[in-house]
Amino acid sequence: MGLSGPTTVQSMSPNWLTTRLTSLADWAVNWGRANSLWPMPFGTACCAIEFMATAASRFDLARFGMERMAFSPRQADVLLCAGRLPFKLAPVIRRIYDQMPQPKWVISMGACASSGGIFDNYAMVQGIDTVVPVDVYVPGCPPRPEGLLYGILLLHKKIKGETLADRSLRDEQILGATGLRLPPETVDELSEPFGNSVHQTRSA
Amino acid sequence: MSPSVGALRARFGRAIGRAFVSCGDTVVFVDRVAIRDVLRWLKETPGQEFNYLVDLTAVEYRDGERPLEVVYELFSLGRRAQLRVKVQLAKETTLELDSVVPVWRGADWLEREVYDMFGIAFRGHPDLRRILMWETYAEGFPLRKDFPLRGRFSRSEQVRQALNIHPEAHYSMEELSIAEAAQDLPADMRERLRHGERGTVPERPPEEPDGD
Repeated sequence: MGLSGPTTVQSMSPNWLTTRLTSLADWAVNWGRANSLWPMPFGTACCAIEFMATAASRFDLARFGMERMAFSPRQADVLLCAGRLPFKLAPVIRRIYDQMPQPKWVISMGACASSGGIFDNYAMVQGIDTVVPVDVYVPGCPPRPEGLLYGILLLHKKIKGETLADRSLRDEQILGATGLRLPPETVDELSEPFGNSVHQTRSA
Repeated sequence: MSPSVGALRARFGRAIGRAFVSCGDTVVFVDRVAIRDVLRWLKETPGQEFNYLVDLTAVEYRDGERPLEVVYELFSLGRRAQLRVKVQLAKETTLELDSVVPVWRGADWLEREVYDMFGIAFRGHPDLRRILMWETYAEGFPLRKDFPLRGRFSRSEQVRQALNIHPEAHYSMEELSIAEAAQDLPADMRERLRHGERGTVPERPPEEPDGD
């Protein structure tokens, strides 16, 4: 801080001032953003029950400025996918994500949302990160409310590390020419079977 | 053994196959050609009155030689009697069967589900479309034994096709409670509904997507 030594000419340059101002602005904006996240719950399965418990009085999301559930994507900051995502819902969550205004973040709650979980079959998206970009993955089947709160605190930490100077953070990520968010090989790699399911074969 | 089996044999003769009792339930096999007549007779004949179609489903056995079975679970609410009627469909034949929607309205979605999962077409069904999978689903019929658990396409191809579904082009005009308000809908939506747009099967990418 101020006691770090004699001030050099270089550190007093306009560049120094800009940096200090930017980091001050970053601090203020990120503080505001992180402490008043409006979650958009996308609950499809048992994780949603655990999410409701997290939001209710015992665990109380309001402590983290999240008491205002946004059931409209247009007034939301965090898409919270709680539960498994079938392929039939993939365009739905994609559209919800596209409708959310910047800045926006995504929490993938539970094993199914993060990786497909035990549902390594023809009907299930193997990780919502193949459809929308994900900021925080919360493991568990389903995660305890403490686990979800920890994930939310990790998201706070991530938000507080962002800077307004990096405009690319807030760019809309639209689907590419392939109709996918990621290259097809990456999607295949993310969807690889793991654990017990490696014993099953794709072929008939 | 339910007395209905004897009555069926007296009425339909050779169209009624073997019958047996399993765990207290009577099971009777019926020829595929006669199925709708048999079921209508069971519903409408005094003394039978199987007025409730509890379930309509299908079975494919692990033994590849065994035919597919369509199962009709009947119940008579008045008589409190049960009957399970089965039809065998040999796999080398066209998987077609008369629809029983004219007999029980409630068979509508049940037959759609059997069609969606097994590919059994029901002749005379008013609206035979997929019901669980989306309508442009191109991988086949998931509950058939020759269907691989993870589907036929690669994961990336599955995600790509899924993202191409039109979620709002899913209902026909008749299904929507807003049918009478059609004039108030946005023009483009009205147009889509009028044409019954279901979306199209997206083009496969040029390279063979099915990896291993």
